[in-house]
Amino acid sequence: MKRFIGFVIKEFYHIFRDYRTLMILFGIPAAQLLLFGYVITNEIKDARIAIYDSSKDEVTRKISEKILSSGYFILEKNLTNYSQIGPTFREGNTKLVIVFGSNFAKKLQQEGKADLQILGDASDPNTANILVNYASGIINNYLVSINAEQIPMRIIPEVRMQYNPALKSVFMFVPGIMALLLMLISALMTSLSITREKELGTMELLLVSPLRPIQIIIGKVIPYVLLAFIDSCIILGMGKFVFGVPIEGNIVLLLSESLLYITMALSLGILISSITNSQQVAMTLSLVALMLPIILLSGFIFPVENMPVILQVLCHIMPPKYFITIIKDIMLKGNSFIYVWKETLIMILFTVTFIMMSIKKFKIRLA
Amino acid sequence: MENPSILVRNISRSYGTVKALDDISFEVPKGELFGFIGPDGAGKTTLFRILATLVLPDKGVASVEGLDVVKDFKKIRKILGYMPGRFSLYMDLSVEENLSFYATIFGTTIEQNYDLIKDIYCQIEPFKTRRAGNLSGGMKQKLALCCALIHKPAVIFLDEPTTGVDAVSRVEFWEMLRRLKESNITIMVSTPYMDEASLCDRVALIQDGRIMKISKPEEIIADYRFQLWAVRSGKSFELLKDLHKYPGVRSVQAFGQSAHIAFEKSILSMEDLHKYLIQTGHENIEIEEIQPNIEDCFMELMIQ
Repeated sequence: MKRFIGFVIKEFYHIFRDYRTLMILFGIPAAQLLLFGYVITNEIKDARIAIYDSSKDEVTRKISEKILSSGYFILEKNLTNYSQIGPTFREGNTKLVIVFGSNFAKKLQQEGKADLQILGDASDPNTANILVNYASGIINNYLVSINAEQIPMRIIPEVRMQYNPALKSVFMFVPGIMALLLMLISALMTSLSITREKELGTMELLLVSPLRPIQIIIGKVIPYVLLAFIDSCIILGMGKFVFGVPIEGNIVLLLSESLLYITMALSLGILISSITNSQQVAMTLSLVALMLPIILLSGFIFPVENMPVILQVLCHIMPPKYFITIIKDIMLKGNSFIYVWKETLIMILFTVTFIMMSIKKFKIRLA
Repeated sequence: MENPSILVRNISRSYGTVKALDDISFEVPKGELFGFIGPDGAGKTTLFRILATLVLPDKGVASVEGLDVVKDFKKIRKILGYMPGRFSLYMDLSVEENLSFYATIFGTTIEQNYDLIKDIYCQIEPFKTRRAGNLSGGMKQKLALCCALIHKPAVIFLDEPTTGVDAVSRVEFWEMLRRLKESNITIMVSTPYMDEASLCDRVALIQDGRIMKISKPEEIIADYRFQLWAVRSGKSFELLKDLHKYPGVRSVQAFGQSAHIAFEKSILSMEDLHKYLIQTGHENIEIEEIQPNIEDCFMELMIQ
């Protein structure tokens, strides 16, 4: 046991002496979260629009007012001619143009319908889509409200977005980033620290020492469990206090699940290092082989349900997927353990498999 | 030999098609300082790794202190000290931290075995807070030796401990090894420097994975049966070439400023050689009869 403690202490020396890596370890989560939280967002605020109102009556003015006071849109300019639409889009600021047909109010009253055109700048299809939806929503609401007395029967669905009423994308990013970063840091750092010993030749000495493989492996893991755990606290804390992501469920459960996930990621890192001999290969493997699949296939950004069947199968062997499900359940829905035991079990299985494989692969001799 | 400390019988090991070790056998008694001399790629490191239980032999058996290197590798790892050819301590740990780390993982402390390493450690102790990465080559090797000795091993394997170390430190290092012998530790050391061979109790010359000769250094010199002259002239480079062409010369080796030529006893005369060298345009020619040193003997063995 003394041997083992001595080994762990040595690992801590390595970590604290390399203060640059340490800074990165703690800096990256904060930076990533801020980036994802503020920069990459699916919500649209203050989109610039132009309005071409060829009838200029009471109804069109009301509608324009509604649109501009919604908070989503800012008026870039009023157009006076249909032919100005093209150049306006080409200038690039305007994302949406709303065109009211002539005699709008009159037509609406007499014929019960009027002409209105919404043009979106679909060079950015996602944004255009969202803006067009916002705008038509506002217009429909208005029409419903002025027609309230005339229509005998109507259904007004009351929509509520459960667990994330404001549809904030940061609610999605916090669990995603946590899964991504913990995986990267844990897997990368352990795989590097073991392959570094191989590269330096110190592994040769560790091997001829009475330390057992399991002691070396666990000794390598323990410091990083601690660091990654601190990281997960940073992410959760920033999520809560900077972005207002709620933690509805039990915080102890949430942290224990994080610990489990960290352990799993670390054992994956050990597995990587036991099959590679150089830091470079280990780094490439952990970064390239882990990062992209995690981002693309874990359901972090893209919904799994829409993928081809083969990719869906792949998604199910992506460990972070389960962790993301778990933390979303606990943080946003406030679920207790009985709702996430299946995912937890799967993660435990992953962990045990990785550890078994790495102990088996760990060479007690040089090649 | 009864109960040798190190026993190697018919060990072979190949890497792919390259034969690193080819049917090697030898024994080292307890407490001997045994040297392996040979050029790079002769198979020294492979042999050391087999004995340190890090590499498995393809054929043959080997034992350390009666323990088989394949079956009893766990027991051997408790009693051996090993210093790999490459400096392999932690550069980001200080001298003291490195030493106490190795002491801890072998289940001991610096204080417990301080006597054994005192002579060596006192030389690097002034720098004990310095990071190992910032030590000079000689000091690194002394630290590595301390780390290999800290758990009081019965046998130590030192793989080229003096490679890349300055001449003064090399001498000091060997003095330390001589003193370690007094603690009855079996020491097996390899080196590419032939002059270090005379400092061992016995040496084995290894080349291309085979042992050419195992003997005491003084016997190796006594067995030398050729005559040796040291030749000097103003033009050293041409001198080597011209001596090669001279009939009767068996071998020419450069030793610093002079060239050593070996030949069958009394078949050459100094006057004839002198004349020949003047004819070929040499000046300031000096020729003298010398006694062979260990390097001359090894050179001769390697030609055979």
